[in-house]
Amino acid sequence: MTTRIVELRQGILKKNDELARDLRGRFTTAGVLVLNLVSSPGTGKTTFLERTLRDLREGGARVAALVGDLETDNDARRLAASGAPVRQINTHGICHLEAEMVSKHLDGWQLADLDYLFIENVGNLVCPSSYDLGERIRVALLSVTEGEDKPLKYPTLFNSADAAIITKIDLAEPCGFDRETALHNIHEIRPGIKIFEVSAKSGAGMAGWLQYLREQRP
Amino acid sequence: MHELSIVSSVVDQVIETLNAYPGARVKEVRLRLGALSAVIEDSLQFCYGIAAEGTPLEGSVLIVKVLPIIMHCDSCNADVELPGVQSFRCPQCDTPVSDLRQGRELEIESIEIEDEEETVKS
Repeated sequence: MTTRIVELRQGILKKNDELARDLRGRFTTAGVLVLNLVSSPGTGKTTFLERTLRDLREGGARVAALVGDLETDNDARRLAASGAPVRQINTHGICHLEAEMVSKHLDGWQLADLDYLFIENVGNLVCPSSYDLGERIRVALLSVTEGEDKPLKYPTLFNSADAAIITKIDLAEPCGFDRETALHNIHEIRPGIKIFEVSAKSGAGMAGWLQYLREQRP
Repeated sequence: MHELSIVSSVVDQVIETLNAYPGARVKEVRLRLGALSAVIEDSLQFCYGIAAEGTPLEGSVLIVKVLPIIMHCDSCNADVELPGVQSFRCPQCDTPVSDLRQGRELEIESIEIEDEEETVKS
Protein backbone atom coordinates (compact mmCIF):
# COMPACT_ATOMS: atom_id res chain seq x y z
CA MET A 1 0.00 0.00 0.00
CA THR A 2 1.57 3.27 -1.09
CA THR A 3 0.53 6.56 0.35
CA ARG A 4 1.50 9.70 -1.47
CA ILE A 5 0.83 13.38 -1.57
CA VAL A 6 -0.37 14.92 -4.81
CA GLU A 7 0.16 18.69 -4.96
CA LEU A 8 -2.77 20.49 -6.54
CA ARG A 9 -2.35 24.17 -5.69
CA GLN A 10 -5.49 25.14 -7.52
CA GLY A 11 -8.31 27.54 -6.80
CA ILE A 12 -11.43 25.93 -5.40
CA LEU A 13 -13.55 28.29 -7.48
CA LYS A 14 -11.32 27.87 -10.53
CA LYS A 15 -14.25 27.25 -12.88
CA ASN A 16 -16.02 30.40 -11.73
CA ASP A 17 -12.82 32.46 -11.83
CA GLU A 18 -12.02 31.37 -15.38
CA LEU A 19 -15.51 32.12 -16.58
CA ALA A 20 -15.44 35.50 -14.83
CA ARG A 21 -12.17 36.30 -16.56
CA ASP A 22 -13.73 35.49 -19.94
CA LEU A 23 -16.72 37.65 -19.12
CA ARG A 24 -14.49 40.55 -18.08
CA GLY A 25 -12.71 40.25 -21.41
CA ARG A 26 -16.03 40.33 -23.29
CA PHE A 27 -17.22 43.36 -21.29
CA THR A 28 -13.99 45.25 -21.92
CA THR A 29 -14.05 44.50 -25.65
CA ALA A 30 -17.69 45.62 -25.85
CA GLY A 31 -16.91 48.80 -23.93
CA VAL A 32 -19.62 48.24 -21.33
CA LEU A 33 -19.05 49.18 -17.69
CA VAL A 34 -20.25 46.34 -15.46
CA LEU A 35 -21.09 46.77 -11.79
CA ASN A 36 -21.98 44.15 -9.19
CA LEU A 37 -24.27 45.48 -6.44
CA VAL A 38 -24.11 43.65 -3.12
CA SER A 39 -25.88 44.22 0.19
CA SER A 40 -28.10 42.63 2.84
CA PRO A 41 -31.72 42.02 1.95
CA GLY A 42 -33.71 45.22 2.50
CA THR A 43 -30.91 47.75 2.01
CA GLY A 44 -32.70 49.19 -1.00
CA LYS A 45 -30.61 47.84 -3.88
CA THR A 46 -33.59 47.62 -6.20
CA THR A 47 -34.95 51.09 -5.43
CA PHE A 48 -31.46 52.55 -5.80
CA LEU A 49 -30.97 50.72 -9.07
CA GLU A 50 -34.41 51.78 -10.36
CA ARG A 51 -33.40 55.39 -9.79
CA THR A 52 -29.94 54.89 -11.29
CA LEU A 53 -31.33 53.27 -14.45
CA ARG A 54 -33.92 56.00 -14.88
CA ASP A 55 -31.47 58.85 -14.33
CA LEU A 56 -28.86 57.35 -16.65
CA ARG A 57 -31.45 56.77 -19.37
CA GLU A 58 -32.67 60.34 -19.07
CA GLY A 59 -29.06 61.39 -19.63
CA GLY A 60 -29.03 59.37 -22.86
CA ALA A 61 -27.02 56.37 -21.61
CA ARG A 62 -27.77 52.83 -22.75
CA VAL A 63 -28.27 50.66 -19.68
CA ALA A 64 -29.35 47.13 -18.79
CA ALA A 65 -29.63 45.09 -15.62
CA LEU A 66 -29.55 41.52 -14.38
CA VAL A 67 -31.16 40.93 -11.03
CA GLY A 68 -30.60 37.92 -8.81
CA ASP A 69 -33.08 36.53 -6.32
CA LEU A 70 -33.80 33.11 -4.92
CA GLU A 71 -37.36 33.25 -6.26
CA THR A 72 -39.85 35.61 -7.99
CA ASP A 73 -39.37 38.08 -10.82
CA ASN A 74 -40.75 40.99 -8.78
CA ASP A 75 -37.48 42.93 -8.91
CA ALA A 76 -37.07 42.51 -12.65
CA ARG A 77 -40.57 43.82 -13.21
CA ARG A 78 -39.89 46.83 -10.99
CA LEU A 79 -36.62 47.61 -12.76
CA ALA A 80 -38.12 47.11 -16.22
CA ALA A 81 -40.46 50.02 -15.50
CA SER A 82 -37.42 52.24 -16.12
CA GLY A 83 -37.60 51.17 -19.77
CA ALA A 84 -34.20 49.44 -19.62
CA PRO A 85 -33.78 45.80 -20.69
CA VAL A 86 -33.82 43.72 -17.49
CA ARG A 87 -33.54 40.02 -16.83
CA GLN A 88 -34.25 38.13 -13.66
CA ILE A 89 -31.92 35.37 -12.47
CA ASN A 90 -33.61 32.96 -10.06
CA THR A 91 -31.04 30.98 -8.13
CA HIS A 92 -33.62 28.65 -6.49
CA GLY A 93 -31.95 28.48 -3.12
CA ILE A 94 -28.37 29.43 -3.99
CA CYS A 95 -27.37 32.40 -1.84
CA HIS A 96 -25.21 34.24 -4.42
CA LEU A 97 -24.79 34.75 -8.17
CA GLU A 98 -22.10 32.87 -10.07
CA ALA A 99 -20.37 33.80 -13.31
CA GLU A 100 -22.13 31.00 -15.18
CA MET A 101 -25.58 32.38 -14.27
CA VAL A 102 -24.55 35.80 -15.55
CA SER A 103 -23.11 34.35 -18.74
CA LYS A 104 -26.29 32.37 -19.50
CA HIS A 105 -28.53 35.38 -18.99
CA LEU A 106 -26.57 37.54 -21.43
CA ASP A 107 -27.64 35.44 -24.42
CA GLY A 108 -29.15 37.56 -27.15
CA TRP A 109 -27.98 40.88 -25.74
CA GLN A 110 -25.59 42.95 -27.83
CA LEU A 111 -23.10 44.05 -25.19
CA ALA A 112 -21.54 46.59 -27.56
CA ASP A 113 -24.90 48.41 -27.61
CA LEU A 114 -24.70 49.03 -23.87
CA ASP A 115 -22.87 51.68 -21.84
CA TYR A 116 -23.66 50.21 -18.41
CA LEU A 117 -24.71 46.81 -17.17
CA PHE A 118 -25.74 46.47 -13.53
CA ILE A 119 -25.84 43.12 -11.79
CA GLU A 120 -27.93 43.18 -8.64
CA ASN A 121 -26.73 40.27 -6.54
CA VAL A 122 -28.81 38.16 -4.18
CA GLY A 123 -29.32 39.99 -0.88
CA ASN A 124 -26.49 38.55 1.23
CA LEU A 125 -23.38 40.10 2.74
CA VAL A 126 -21.29 36.93 2.97
CA CYS A 127 -21.37 34.54 0.05
CA PRO A 128 -21.35 36.91 -2.97
CA SER A 129 -17.90 38.16 -1.93
CA SER A 130 -16.24 34.92 -3.07
CA TYR A 131 -17.76 34.91 -6.56
CA ASP A 132 -16.26 37.08 -9.24
CA LEU A 133 -18.89 37.89 -11.88
CA GLY A 134 -16.51 39.61 -14.27
CA GLU A 135 -17.54 43.04 -13.02
CA ARG A 136 -15.22 46.06 -13.15
CA ILE A 137 -16.69 47.64 -10.04
CA ARG A 138 -18.09 45.96 -6.97
CA VAL A 139 -20.47 48.16 -5.03
CA ALA A 140 -21.34 47.44 -1.38
CA LEU A 141 -24.53 49.07 -0.12
CA LEU A 142 -25.49 49.85 3.45
CA SER A 143 -28.68 51.59 4.56
CA VAL A 144 -29.09 53.99 7.46
CA THR A 145 -31.63 51.57 8.95
CA GLU A 146 -28.87 48.98 9.44
CA GLY A 147 -26.16 49.14 12.08
CA GLU A 148 -23.18 51.44 11.56
CA ASP A 149 -20.97 48.46 12.47
CA LYS A 150 -22.04 46.37 9.48
CA PRO A 151 -18.70 46.90 7.69
CA LEU A 152 -16.93 45.54 10.79
CA LYS A 153 -19.25 42.54 10.93
CA TYR A 154 -18.84 41.74 7.24
CA PRO A 155 -15.26 42.79 6.49
CA THR A 156 -14.77 40.36 3.61
CA LEU A 157 -17.43 41.98 1.53
CA PHE A 158 -16.61 45.59 2.36
CA ASN A 159 -12.91 44.97 1.86
CA SER A 160 -13.51 43.60 -1.63
CA ALA A 161 -15.70 46.54 -2.69
CA ASP A 162 -14.58 49.35 -5.00
CA ALA A 163 -17.32 51.75 -3.95
CA ALA A 164 -19.77 51.97 -1.07
CA ILE A 165 -23.25 53.47 -1.06
CA ILE A 166 -25.12 54.56 2.04
CA THR A 167 -28.81 54.38 1.10
CA LYS A 168 -32.01 55.85 2.56
CA ILE A 169 -30.30 58.96 3.93
CA ASP A 170 -33.73 60.64 4.06
CA LEU A 171 -34.36 58.32 7.05
CA ALA A 172 -31.06 59.06 8.79
CA GLU A 173 -32.48 61.32 11.44
CA PRO A 174 -35.48 59.27 12.61
CA CYS A 175 -33.21 56.20 12.67
CA GLY A 176 -30.60 57.97 14.79
CA PHE A 177 -28.00 57.07 12.19
CA ASP A 178 -24.49 57.92 13.32
CA ARG A 179 -22.96 59.06 10.05
CA GLU A 180 -19.43 59.69 11.31
CA THR A 181 -19.18 56.21 12.83
CA ALA A 182 -20.50 54.56 9.68
CA LEU A 183 -18.00 56.41 7.46
CA HIS A 184 -15.19 55.63 9.89
CA ASN A 185 -16.06 51.91 9.92
CA ILE A 186 -16.19 51.68 6.14
CA HIS A 187 -12.79 53.38 5.85
CA GLU A 188 -11.39 51.18 8.60
CA ILE A 189 -12.19 48.06 6.53
CA ARG A 190 -11.51 49.54 3.10
CA PRO A 191 -9.18 52.53 3.33
CA GLY A 192 -9.63 55.08 0.55
CA ILE A 193 -12.90 53.65 -0.79
CA LYS A 194 -15.24 56.06 -2.57
CA ILE A 195 -18.45 56.50 -0.54
CA PHE A 196 -21.74 57.93 -1.82
CA GLU A 197 -24.58 58.92 0.50
CA VAL A 198 -27.87 58.83 -1.33
CA SER A 199 -31.63 58.79 -1.12
CA ALA A 200 -33.18 57.13 -4.15
CA LYS A 201 -36.49 58.53 -2.99
CA SER A 202 -35.58 62.22 -2.87
CA GLY A 203 -32.70 62.00 -5.32
CA ALA A 204 -30.23 63.44 -2.81
CA GLY A 205 -26.64 62.43 -3.58
CA MET A 206 -27.53 60.83 -6.91
CA ALA A 207 -25.66 63.46 -8.95
CA GLY A 208 -22.32 62.51 -7.40
CA TRP A 209 -22.95 58.83 -8.01
CA LEU A 210 -23.92 59.41 -11.65
CA GLN A 211 -20.85 61.58 -12.14
CA TYR A 212 -18.68 58.76 -10.73
CA LEU A 213 -20.30 56.27 -13.14
CA ARG A 214 -19.57 58.52 -16.13
CA GLU A 215 -15.95 58.88 -15.04
CA GLN A 216 -15.53 55.12 -14.79
CA ARG A 217 -16.66 54.48 -18.35
CA PRO A 218 -13.89 53.10 -20.54
CA MET B 1 -24.18 29.46 3.61
CA HIS B 2 -22.16 28.78 0.45
CA GLU B 3 -19.93 26.19 2.11
CA LEU B 4 -21.73 23.33 0.37
CA SER B 5 -20.98 24.92 -3.03
CA ILE B 6 -17.36 25.30 -1.97
CA VAL B 7 -16.90 21.69 -0.84
CA SER B 8 -18.77 20.40 -3.89
CA SER B 9 -16.18 22.16 -6.06
CA VAL B 10 -13.43 20.61 -3.94
CA VAL B 11 -14.90 17.12 -4.35
CA ASP B 12 -15.32 17.59 -8.14
CA GLN B 13 -11.74 18.77 -8.58
CA VAL B 14 -10.30 15.96 -6.47
CA ILE B 15 -12.27 13.37 -8.44
CA GLU B 16 -10.94 14.90 -11.65
CA THR B 17 -7.40 14.62 -10.28
CA LEU B 18 -7.99 10.97 -9.39
CA ASN B 19 -8.44 10.13 -13.08
CA ALA B 20 -4.66 10.01 -13.22
CA TYR B 21 -4.55 7.57 -10.31
CA PRO B 22 -7.04 4.79 -11.04
CA GLY B 23 -8.12 2.81 -7.99
CA ALA B 24 -6.68 5.33 -5.55
CA ARG B 25 -8.50 6.25 -2.37
CA VAL B 26 -8.32 9.67 -0.79
CA LYS B 27 -7.11 9.88 2.80
CA GLU B 28 -6.69 13.60 3.24
CA VAL B 29 -7.58 16.82 1.46
CA ARG B 30 -5.68 19.95 2.45
CA LEU B 31 -7.12 23.41 1.83
CA ARG B 32 -5.57 26.86 2.20
CA LEU B 33 -8.14 29.50 3.09
CA GLY B 34 -7.40 33.17 3.56
CA ALA B 35 -8.72 34.84 6.72
CA LEU B 36 -10.85 37.01 4.41
CA SER B 37 -12.29 34.11 2.44
CA ALA B 38 -15.70 34.30 4.19
CA VAL B 39 -15.78 30.57 4.75
CA ILE B 40 -16.59 29.05 8.13
CA GLU B 41 -14.54 25.96 8.90
CA ASP B 42 -17.22 24.23 10.99
CA SER B 43 -19.77 24.53 8.18
CA LEU B 44 -17.14 23.42 5.72
CA GLN B 45 -16.38 20.27 7.73
CA PHE B 46 -20.08 19.52 8.13
CA CYS B 47 -20.79 19.92 4.41
CA TYR B 48 -17.67 17.98 3.45
CA GLY B 49 -19.05 14.78 4.96
CA ILE B 50 -22.20 15.19 2.89
CA ALA B 51 -20.44 16.07 -0.35
CA ALA B 52 -17.89 13.25 -0.02
CA GLU B 53 -20.50 10.54 0.55
CA GLY B 54 -20.52 7.90 -2.15
CA THR B 55 -17.33 9.25 -3.77
CA PRO B 56 -13.70 8.12 -3.48
CA LEU B 57 -13.37 10.92 -0.91
CA GLU B 58 -15.76 9.28 1.54
CA GLY B 59 -14.13 8.88 4.93
CA SER B 60 -11.25 11.22 4.12
CA VAL B 61 -10.11 13.99 6.41
CA LEU B 62 -10.40 17.65 5.46
CA ILE B 63 -7.54 19.74 6.78
CA VAL B 64 -7.93 23.50 6.67
CA LYS B 65 -5.04 25.87 7.00
CA VAL B 66 -6.06 29.49 7.56
CA LEU B 67 -3.74 32.09 6.08
CA PRO B 68 -3.49 35.45 7.86
CA ILE B 69 -4.10 38.70 6.02
CA ILE B 70 -0.93 40.22 4.62
CA MET B 71 -1.03 43.79 3.33
CA HIS B 72 1.61 45.93 1.76
CA CYS B 73 2.32 49.07 3.77
CA ASP B 74 3.62 51.87 1.56
CA SER B 75 4.96 53.86 4.52
CA CYS B 76 7.01 50.96 5.89
CA ASN B 77 7.63 49.65 2.38
CA ALA B 78 7.03 46.16 3.73
CA ASP B 79 4.46 43.37 3.73
CA VAL B 80 2.78 43.28 7.12
CA GLU B 81 0.51 40.74 8.77
CA LEU B 82 -2.75 42.03 10.24
CA PRO B 83 -3.73 40.67 13.66
CA GLY B 84 -7.42 40.53 12.69
CA VAL B 85 -10.04 41.59 10.19
CA GLN B 86 -11.44 44.61 12.03
CA SER B 87 -8.96 47.23 11.01
CA PHE B 88 -6.96 47.62 7.83
CA ARG B 89 -4.09 49.59 9.29
CA CYS B 90 -0.42 48.76 9.41
CA PRO B 91 0.31 47.25 12.84
CA GLN B 92 3.73 48.96 12.82
CA CYS B 93 2.88 52.54 11.84
CA ASP B 94 -0.95 52.72 11.90
CA THR B 95 -1.21 53.88 8.28
CA PRO B 96 -4.38 52.64 6.48
CA VAL B 97 -3.45 49.83 4.09
CA SER B 98 -5.37 48.77 1.00
CA ASP B 99 -2.92 46.69 -1.00
CA LEU B 100 -3.83 43.08 -0.16
CA ARG B 101 -1.12 40.47 -0.73
CA GLN B 102 -2.67 37.47 1.04
CA GLY B 103 -5.96 36.66 2.72
CA ARG B 104 -8.57 35.82 0.08
CA GLU B 105 -7.20 32.38 -0.87
CA LEU B 106 -9.64 29.55 -1.50
CA GLU B 107 -7.26 26.86 -2.60
CA ILE B 108 -6.80 23.10 -2.67
CA GLU B 109 -3.19 22.65 -1.62
CA SER B 110 -2.79 18.89 -1.94
CA ILE B 111 -4.38 15.51 -1.42
CA GLU B 112 -3.02 12.39 0.21
CA ILE B 113 -3.98 9.23 -1.61
CA GLU B 114 -3.57 5.53 -1.03
CA ASP B 115 -2.67 3.86 -4.25
CA GLU B 116 -3.54 0.17 -4.36
CA GLU B 117 -2.19 -0.29 -7.90
CA GLU B 118 1.26 0.39 -6.55
CA THR B 119 0.81 -2.26 -3.85
CA VAL B 120 0.09 -4.92 -6.45
CA LYS B 121 3.19 -3.96 -8.45
CA SER B 122 5.50 -3.93 -5.44
